[in-house]
Amino acid sequence: MTRALRVAALHAVLVAAAALTLAPLVWMLAASFAPAGGADDLVASFARRGATLAHYRTLFGQLDLARTLANSAGLAAAATAIAVSVNGMAGYAFAKLRFAGRDRIFRGLLATLVIPGQIGMLPLFLLLKELGLVNTYAGVLVPSLASVFGIFLVRQYALSIPQSLLDAARVDGAGELRIFAQVVLPLLRPILVTLAIFTFLGTWNDFLWPLVILTDDRLYTLPVALANLLGEHVQDVELMMAGAVVTVAPVVLLFAALQRQYVRGIVTTGLRE
Amino acid sequence: MRDSRAAWIFVAPALGAIAAFLFVPVLASLALSFTDFDLYAVADLGNLRAIGAGNYEALLGDPLFWRALRNTFFFAFLGGPLSVAVSLGAALLVNARLVRARGTFRTLLFLPVVTTLVAVAVVWRYLYHPRVGLVNGVLGWLGVAPVDWLGDPRWALPALVVMSVWKGFGANMVIFVAGLQSIPARLYEAASLDGAGAWQQLRHVTLPQLAPTAFFVALLTMIGSLQLFAEPYVMTQGGPSNATLSVVLLMFQEGFRYWNMGYAAAIAFVLFAILLAGTALQLRLRGRSAA
Repeated sequence: MTRALRVAALHAVLVAAAALTLAPLVWMLAASFAPAGGADDLVASFARRGATLAHYRTLFGQLDLARTLANSAGLAAAATAIAVSVNGMAGYAFAKLRFAGRDRIFRGLLATLVIPGQIGMLPLFLLLKELGLVNTYAGVLVPSLASVFGIFLVRQYALSIPQSLLDAARVDGAGELRIFAQVVLPLLRPILVTLAIFTFLGTWNDFLWPLVILTDDRLYTLPVALANLLGEHVQDVELMMAGAVVTVAPVVLLFAALQRQYVRGIVTTGLRE
Repeated sequence: MRDSRAAWIFVAPALGAIAAFLFVPVLASLALSFTDFDLYAVADLGNLRAIGAGNYEALLGDPLFWRALRNTFFFAFLGGPLSVAVSLGAALLVNARLVRARGTFRTLLFLPVVTTLVAVAVVWRYLYHPRVGLVNGVLGWLGVAPVDWLGDPRWALPALVVMSVWKGFGANMVIFVAGLQSIPARLYEAASLDGAGAWQQLRHVTLPQLAPTAFFVALLTMIGSLQLFAEPYVMTQGGPSNATLSVVLLMFQEGFRYWNMGYAAAIAFVLFAILLAGTALQLRLRGRSAA
């Protein structure tokens, strides 16, 4: 085979693979603009009846999806702010500050990475019930306050901060908090961005815990609302696809903007969320 | 030791949250699994009794639990290797030197990873529709008779496997790409001096060098697969006739639908034991491949 032929074949395979991968998402997007019943045969439907925004109008009008969207965005943003500060400080301390038992505690934390969140879910629910946090935003956020994954990610990165930089600041009489805010934070910025994307996407996409802890549909996040909507509107394919687009589009756009940082997180840890 | 006091202030919020919302619940869950905690105990803790290993004994005799366990293992042991094969193939393609716009292809193939699982599960539910679904439409062109993917107990679980490979292979692909890029160029130079063609280089240089990555990715994927929940919840509700009932779905139903929390905690701990065994296996294999 000549080189040109090989290049062409390689690209043909890649284009086919990309088309296959994107087909479900493209179909979702197209079906969301089709008139009711049009998803059965999209091409014929668009040719005869054109496109419509009716399903998005129904979602944001009658079904109050704007509220759900705001719930998801607010919760994901809050979880991100909390996780970045809590794990950022802890990760830095485990890398660069000295305290009794530091390495033992860190190894202990790493061991807990094997514990999936579902294991403690039942007692956590009962605990939050006692605290009156069932069916509250705070209840949704509780499991994402701190994560071993986040601490690990930041620590590995913080190890590379030169000790001399910190010592110089101490000699100048700066307190530890000021050193953290003025010297360390700017250096940690790239990894904190990675952690922020992971936390935001993880919270946005999370399903099981919000499903357990939220009972009032006014507090639902998008995935819970979508699963719930399916119960009543399973026949309304086009409406469901519009709901799926509203749920998926924000995270896809966020990823498109910050993909380099996101991929770095996966490659360093092998974890997704 | 002002250093040390400051350090504790830095780690206290994280350690406090992890202790209160991870350690304590996990230990409580273990304790819970030895009680008959049910709806009556939710109402009044006075109704709670310790029943020793009663829940675990009941589990062993529960055909639904065995069904869930078998389904979950099937899902993990079919999906794990399949995902590794697909993501390795994709990584080799997007990393090939002859390819232009590699970054774009990588991004496109990666896209399903960031999508919301529940949303794409809803999408695939319709793609698998027996009469008008896109999957049967495409297979129809190829002359394959329509299959009721999610309604046929034989096909429902494999259908979930395909969907979840689609959703997850991009993450494994980028790990493989990183692995490919860390293979020293001199190995390929040496191979090509010895007269090895592209195919032989793949077999004798690339694949052996990637073996540790492949182990890592396979076990990671399998461990993730053992936690299967949202796909059957959204697409099949565990049906048809429990063909897609997973361990976590069973735990959810027992714990949060019927409030048999003691029983559900026992299910959670069996899953935990399996995950622990899987991780131990992973560490041993990694230890061996590093040696």
